[in-house]
Amino acid sequence: MGVEGIGASVVRKEDKRFITGKGRYVDDIKLQGMTHAHFIRSPHAHAKVKGIDSSAALKMPGVVAVLTGQQIVDDKVGNLICGWAIHSKDGTPMKMGAWPAMAPETVRFVGQAVAVVIAETKNQAKDAAEAVVVDYEELPAVGNIRAAIAPGAPQLHPEAPGNIVYDWEIGDKGAVNDAFGKAANVVKLELTNNRLVPNAMEPRAAIAEYNEAEEHFTLYTTSQNPHVARLVLSAFYNIAPEHKLRVIAPDVGGGFGSKIFIYPEEMVALWASKKVNRPVKWTGERTEAFLTDAHGRDHVTTAEMAFDKDNKILGLRVSTHANFGAYMSLFSSSVPTYLYATLLSGQYNIPAIYAEVMGVYTNTTPVDAYRGAGRPEASYVIERLMETSARQLKVDPAELRRKNFVTQFPHQTPVIMAYDIGDFNASLDAALKSIDYAGFPARQAKAKSEGKLRGIGFSCYIEACGIAPSKAVGSLGAGVGLWESAEVRVNPVGTIEILTGSHSHGQGHETTFAQLISERLGVPISQVQIVHGDTDKVQFGMGTYGSRSLAVGGSAIIKAMEKVEAKAKKIAAHALEASENDIVIENGEFKVTGTDKSIALPMVALAAYTAHNLPDGMEPGLKESAFYDPSNFTFPAGTYICEIEVDPGTGKTSFVNFVAADDFGRLINPMIVEGQVHGGLTQGIGQALLEGAVYDQSGQLVTASFMDYAMPRADDVPSYKLQHTTTLCPGNPLGVKGCGEAGAIGASAAVINAITNAIGHNKLEMPATPDRVWHAIHGQA
Amino acid sequence: MSTVKLTVNGRSVSAEVEDRTLLVHLLRDHLNLTGTHVGCDTSQCGACVVHVDGRAVKSCTMLVGQVNGANVTTIEGIAKGDELHPMQAAFRDNHGLQCGYCTPGMIMSAIDIVNRHGGELDEATVRQELEGNICRCTGYHNIVKSVLDAAGRMKVSAAAE
Ligand code: FES
Ligand code: FES
Repeated sequence: MGVEGIGASVVRKEDKRFITGKGRYVDDIKLQGMTHAHFIRSPHAHAKVKGIDSSAALKMPGVVAVLTGQQIVDDKVGNLICGWAIHSKDGTPMKMGAWPAMAPETVRFVGQAVAVVIAETKNQAKDAAEAVVVDYEELPAVGNIRAAIAPGAPQLHPEAPGNIVYDWEIGDKGAVNDAFGKAANVVKLELTNNRLVPNAMEPRAAIAEYNEAEEHFTLYTTSQNPHVARLVLSAFYNIAPEHKLRVIAPDVGGGFGSKIFIYPEEMVALWASKKVNRPVKWTGERTEAFLTDAHGRDHVTTAEMAFDKDNKILGLRVSTHANFGAYMSLFSSSVPTYLYATLLSGQYNIPAIYAEVMGVYTNTTPVDAYRGAGRPEASYVIERLMETSARQLKVDPAELRRKNFVTQFPHQTPVIMAYDIGDFNASLDAALKSIDYAGFPARQAKAKSEGKLRGIGFSCYIEACGIAPSKAVGSLGAGVGLWESAEVRVNPVGTIEILTGSHSHGQGHETTFAQLISERLGVPISQVQIVHGDTDKVQFGMGTYGSRSLAVGGSAIIKAMEKVEAKAKKIAAHALEASENDIVIENGEFKVTGTDKSIALPMVALAAYTAHNLPDGMEPGLKESAFYDPSNFTFPAGTYICEIEVDPGTGKTSFVNFVAADDFGRLINPMIVEGQVHGGLTQGIGQALLEGAVYDQSGQLVTASFMDYAMPRADDVPSYKLQHTTTLCPGNPLGVKGCGEAGAIGASAAVINAITNAIGHNKLEMPATPDRVWHAIHGQA
Repeated sequence: MSTVKLTVNGRSVSAEVEDRTLLVHLLRDHLNLTGTHVGCDTSQCGACVVHVDGRAVKSCTMLVGQVNGANVTTIEGIAKGDELHPMQAAFRDNHGLQCGYCTPGMIMSAIDIVNRHGGELDEATVRQELEGNICRCTGYHNIVKSVLDAAGRMKVSAAAE
């Protein structure tokens, strides 16, 4: 390892601009002649839009235009799409209703836009919005899954009878029935996976600019995947052909999945910028984020596990209802199916698995991928089941897991995934040691003598990351390929630019990717610039989500680097009159092995660009690109153990210790990896203890601000103890697996397992607020 | 409309703004100091924290009329030329930021915390004092580390002055 190469915890290149206030987020940008948009949103969860009277608003100061849903439909802007086709058990395609960017006739969730005011200033737009009169005819609404599937429930979309989008299955039902038939023990659990609001700290924003002479649009937007945004806006929403639309995602203040999707506000800003022929800016407020950013999770599940007399798992049966909200968001259909049920084997040998998932419409905000996307829900099911099983079978929870761990690789699960490598015992052992599991009974007894309930809980998670082999996901219904692209440019002076299709919104790509180059060429990371987030600068790429940037995007960089090095070696060999096979690269020099002959990288680069003396037939220049398509998913896995103490007087849970032992394969920058784990764990703990989007019966979101929705704050969470165990991923050239989602996938089960261990029974739902825990201890009030 | 006159990062400034303008919008929209961020509409998140007359304040809670004549310091004003404030350096060295959106507010709050407690800070105090600043990325682990580290550095630099 070089000082700044693979394995070095170097401080981040990008930090200086952020700590000095020089970051450049979308809302920081001002364009000449810019106008401001404010959306008029439905206060009702379900209503007919009978009319919109904007005459008074149009007379107010600074108002440029008031545009409505009917106009956007008339202008043939496309409806929002869902990009992953899922088929029901009976072979029929999923059933979806149309989602226009602004509702012309019917609103189906609180916050859905019906019109937009464009004005000279934000305040003028907001003032005028107050004067727009929308005539609604309220309709009955359904605020949750149970209400949506009840007989006689109000219907959202005529296309989806019974509010059912699909009724999907995976696995071998017969084999599972057989397994349960011969089981010595069966453990059953009913679970709710609470709905979460992603709440990246930067609210979504968009600025659209139209150049009339060029018929060209520029969109600045808070996106995790600007090329995917451009593709969808062009191909499906008819904004402009791709070469007439530039999408720029500058500094983006967190995403967690919520900034993958192309939202109505970006579509409207683009469309409106042409209509008013002025740049249009929209910056969301936090309440708008709560109402319109795609939410996460929201499952209701029944799960059963069958064991033989030796406590080996025979089979698993899972039935889940997933809430999609009022419309099918971009990747929503894949989240509770292929990103969820395919991970239900967990870390275990389970000979037979059958899962069925019913996707349901409700009058709530659309639900889609949020950090982990399907995998936290799967992990929560399996790990709650394992802990409950250990208690019911009266065996140690660590030993029950160990007995059932997959230990031979590759391992084909009954639900599509083929685990390539792992060492689940190693991470379990590391975590047990770190938390001093052997000493727990004594600590528990001591806490009891002090009137406190001490509990310990496990979670041995596995996830599928490095999303994803294009052919495999294509066969499962994905509308896109999930490869990644890179271009490596060695400039004539020897500095290097990496153009990547990945997008950093906190992950530290500018440092990690530069370290890959430093490792190979021995140059300092200060000589390497990472370019991303602009469709005019960077070749088509798929963006950042699913813990894919390093495993897929980083591998693309390596592939392009290999081509650059091969050419550079030829140039160096020619200059040094040596064989290219004898050239090695060390500390930024190309050396002839066994001699003192060498030529520095800048001289090789200069030779490539002057082209005065290149090998016969060689093209000038030193720049190569690669598209890397992974051969498999990667499988990060680990063990989280959490020790908590509950105060039976208040129901408050406090952390005593939280240990995370993860196997992410090779670590490029351990400091950054650990930061990703801390953040993920905190979101998982947030789900377990604090967070929950609550809708009332009429479909009003009663937790629509930071006053009502409990975000984890600094004194809600502990400092974490992290461990790393390593099996190198055989599927990519770096041996990496991805670390962005693990914490959020594994943490919530560990926390709930610890609390239920402390209180001595299992009747507890997330978020386990003091109120809920107190009632769980003392019985219902 | 009113004219407001104040000192921002050591410079006298004046602006002609609507009376309902909040300090954060004066800074961002009129003075182009976009390092101060807006993360919520209920004064909960702390992304907008600046110093007004030496005290940490959520700049989304003050109307411009309240800062007439005041001395305001923002994230852009705490480094001495090329030399980072010890709190800025500690955030970088301890990986106390990821997306950077909460960071300016965190740093401004953290400086105030250290100023008020002197060097006498422990983890529990830092966590409690950071209640008003939300970060969605870091899980706070490295922010707490950064603040404790900076407390030490600020003590040293105060002693040196
Ligand atoms: S913007 Fe001021 S506290 Fe959130
Ligand atoms: S670093 Fe992203 S919100 Fe704190």
